[in-house]
Amino acid sequence: MKALLIRGGRVIDPAGGRDEPRDVLLRDGKIAAIENPGKIKAPDAEVFNAKGLVVAPGLIDIHVHLREPGQGYKETIATGTAAAAAGGFTTVCAMPNTVPVNDAPEITRWMQAPERGASIRVLPIAAATRGSMGEALTDYAALKEAGAIAVTDDGKPILGDAIMLETLRAAAPLGLPVIQHAEDTRLTGGGSMNAGALAFRLGLRGMPVEAESSLVERDIALLRQVRGAHLHVAHLSTRKALDAVRAARKQGLHVTCEVTPHHFALTEERIGLYDTNAKMNPPLRAESDRAAMIEGILDGTVDAIATDHAPHATHEKEQEFERAPNGITGLEIALGLAMQVLHVRHKMPLARVLALLSSRPAEALGLKGLGGLAVGSAANVVVFDPAEKWVFRAAESRSKSKNTPFDGWELQGRVRLTVSEGRIAYRR
Amino acid sequence: MTQQEDREEMALTRATVRKPPQKLSSPSFFNLPIHPGSAISAKDFSAAEVRRILESADALEKENPMRRANRLAKRRVALLFYESSTRTRTSFELAAKALGADTTLVSSLSSSIEKGESLKDTGITLKALGAECIILRSPYSGAPYLLARATGLPVLNAGDGMAEHPSQALLDLRTILQFLGIRSSAVTEKTLRGVTVTICGDILHSRVARSNALLLPQLGAKVMLCGPRELLPEYAAGMGPGIVVERDFEAALRQSKIVMMLRIQAERLAGLQVDLDDYRSRYQASAERIVKHAPKALIMHPGPIIRGLEITAEVADGLQSGIAQQVHNGVPIRMALLERALRGDKARKGGGR
Ligand SMILES: [Zn+2]
Repeated sequence: MKALLIRGGRVIDPAGGRDEPRDVLLRDGKIAAIENPGKIKAPDAEVFNAKGLVVAPGLIDIHVHLREPGQGYKETIATGTAAAAAGGFTTVCAMPNTVPVNDAPEITRWMQAPERGASIRVLPIAAATRGSMGEALTDYAALKEAGAIAVTDDGKPILGDAIMLETLRAAAPLGLPVIQHAEDTRLTGGGSMNAGALAFRLGLRGMPVEAESSLVERDIALLRQVRGAHLHVAHLSTRKALDAVRAARKQGLHVTCEVTPHHFALTEERIGLYDTNAKMNPPLRAESDRAAMIEGILDGTVDAIATDHAPHATHEKEQEFERAPNGITGLEIALGLAMQVLHVRHKMPLARVLALLSSRPAEALGLKGLGGLAVGSAANVVVFDPAEKWVFRAAESRSKSKNTPFDGWELQGRVRLTVSEGRIAYRR
Repeated sequence: MTQQEDREEMALTRATVRKPPQKLSSPSFFNLPIHPGSAISAKDFSAAEVRRILESADALEKENPMRRANRLAKRRVALLFYESSTRTRTSFELAAKALGADTTLVSSLSSSIEKGESLKDTGITLKALGAECIILRSPYSGAPYLLARATGLPVLNAGDGMAEHPSQALLDLRTILQFLGIRSSAVTEKTLRGVTVTICGDILHSRVARSNALLLPQLGAKVMLCGPRELLPEYAAGMGPGIVVERDFEAALRQSKIVMMLRIQAERLAGLQVDLDDYRSRYQASAERIVKHAPKALIMHPGPIIRGLEITAEVADGLQSGIAQQVHNGVPIRMALLERALRGDKARKGGGR
C-alpha cells in the first residue's frame, strides 16, 4: 500500500477540535502525521492536492441495509459499500434483517469476511431476538465476540415489555447498545404513510406519530429499570418522540438517537401522486415534525445522521403504493443533503455537521478508534469540496438499486476522495 | 414527452453538439406523463372541464343510437377489474358499446388475470393486445396512476381502494344539477354557491365520499361530512377546500339541499366497536327524520344499499329519492368520459391529468 500525502486541505476533526490548514500523511493504513502545510517530507508518497477542499474523518453511517446474505438482487455488501465510499463513508453499520436474519455468530462473521468485497469497514448489528421474532434472545456475548456492535430487531420493533426488558438486561453488562425501531405496530397496521389530512385525501391508511412516541416513552420507562443499559432510537421522526428523548437525557438516562436525511429534508408532500420512492418506515411526516428534526439537530439532542439506506429493486417499487416495500437508498446523498440543508440553509457550522456524520455516531454506539483524525489511528479519511454544487442522478448511483426521492436534486458538497484504512475506496 | 421522443431528442443533441457518449436514461417512472384523456381524480376537473363533460353527456344521451355507435366504432376498450362491481362495470360496458367500441373484460374473478403478474405488466400486455383505453377497478389507492404511467394510455378510474371514484362523483353531480334545475351549459365555479351537500356514513373507507368532496367545492358547493369519529376522523376536513365536519346528522340535514347516504358495512362497525343500534339512532336516514329535518332535500345513495341500516326502505323508495336517477346517469357520464379519453387530441382542451 503506497503512502498518501493529502496536501493543502482544510483539516476538520470535530473530535479533536481541529479546524485549520494542514497536510495529512497516511502510511501503512494509519494516519502517520498531521502537520503545518509543507512541513511533511514524504518523497515516496503519492500526493493528493486538497487545495480548497475539506479533509475530515471518514464518515460513519450507523444504519444501513446491505441486503446480504440473501437479497443480492437489491444490494450486495460490495455494491452497498461502493455506494457508501462514494458518499464519503468509511464505516457502515449493517442491520440484521437479512435472509436469514443475522442472529448467529457465523452470519455476523460471514458479513465481515474479505470475500464479500467490501471497500470500506462493515460493522454488523445483530438481531436482538432469534429470527427477529421478538420471542427468545440471541447469544449477545457470542455475537459481540463475532464482531457485532449492537443489537436490534430493526423493522420489527420489540413490542413486548418483558422481552424488551430482558434485551436491555442482557445487553447492559456487555456494553452493547439496544437499537429500537420505535413503532407500535398495533397502531400502524395497514398504514403506508403518515396519518393526517393528506393520507386521508389519498385514501391511504395512516401511521400516527403516537405509534413512534409511545414506544419511545415505553422504552425509556424500561430503561430506568436497568442499570447501565443504553437505548438507541433508530430513525427518529416525530417531535413527540424527540421531546421524550430530550427529557430522558436531562434526567441522566443513557438514550441516544439518530435522524435520517430524508426526515430532515422532506415532508409527506413528497409522495405526490403515490410515488413509492417517498415510501419508507417511519414515513415522511408533516412540516412541524420535519422542523422538529432540524431543531433537535441544531440543539444537539440528535446524536447522529444515519441514512437507513434501504435498497429495493425497480420492480418492487413500481407497484401500487400500499404494496411497494418501505425504504429508500441514501448513502450517496447524505453529506450533500446535510451540507445543503444544515450548513447552507440553517447555518450550522461545518465542524458540527461533520460531527453528526463521524465523531458523534462513533460516540453514540461506542465505536472505539473511529470517527476522528488522531495520529496513529486508522487512516479513514474523506476529502470533499464543500462549495461544489452538483446534481444527484439515481441512474449513476453505485448502489444496485435506484429507489430514491432525491433523483435530480441539486446538492452542495461533493466527495473527491475516500480512504478506508489507507486504501483509496473512492476517487473522482 | 414520450420515452421514444425523449430518446430521439437526446440522440439529436449528441449528434449536433458532439458530447462524449453518455448513459441513456429514461425519465423516472414516477415522472412519466399521465395521458390527458384519463379520469383518475375528481380534483383534476376544473369547472370548465366539468361543464364540457356534462354537455357531452347530454348530447350523447340525446343522439340517435345509430349515429352514436359510430363515434368510437371498433375502438378497443379494456375493463380491468380486480374487485367485483356489477353496477359500475355494467354501466361502463353499456357506455362503451353504445359508442360502438369493442370491450374486453379482464377480471380477477374469472381468473383471466395471470396469477402474480404485476399491474404494470398486465397493463403492458393489454396495450400490446391493442387496448386503447383501460377502465380500472383496484383495491389499491392510486393504482390508476401506476397503470397510466406504465401504459401511456388513457385510464378511467372505476374505483381505487379508499381513494376515488370520479365517474360516480360526476354522475352524482349530474343528478344534483337535474334536481336543482341547472343546465349543464350554465356550470361555472359559482354554480353551487349556497348549496350544502351532506355526505353521511363511512367516510373513512369511501372513495365516493372523497371524489364528491373534492369535486363539488370546485363548483362552489359546501360539503358537510357527517358520521361518528371512528368512521370520520377530524382531519378529514383538511383534505380540500369547502369541506366541514358535522357530527350531528339532524343539524346537517337542516342545512342541506342534498343528502348522500353511504353504505355501512356491519363488520366494519363491529371491528370499530360501534354499536349498530346506536349508529341507526344517530345516523340513519329514516322517514321520520327526513320529513322533520330535510323535507325538501334530494336523498342520494351510490349503492349498494343496505336497507334498514343507513337508510330505510321508505326513504330509498320515496319521493325525495334520487337513487334511480343516479343509476340512470351512469351511462351518459361514462359515454362522455370514454369519448373524452379516445377522441383526437385536437378536440381535447385541458382537463384531467
Ligand atoms: Zn427501521
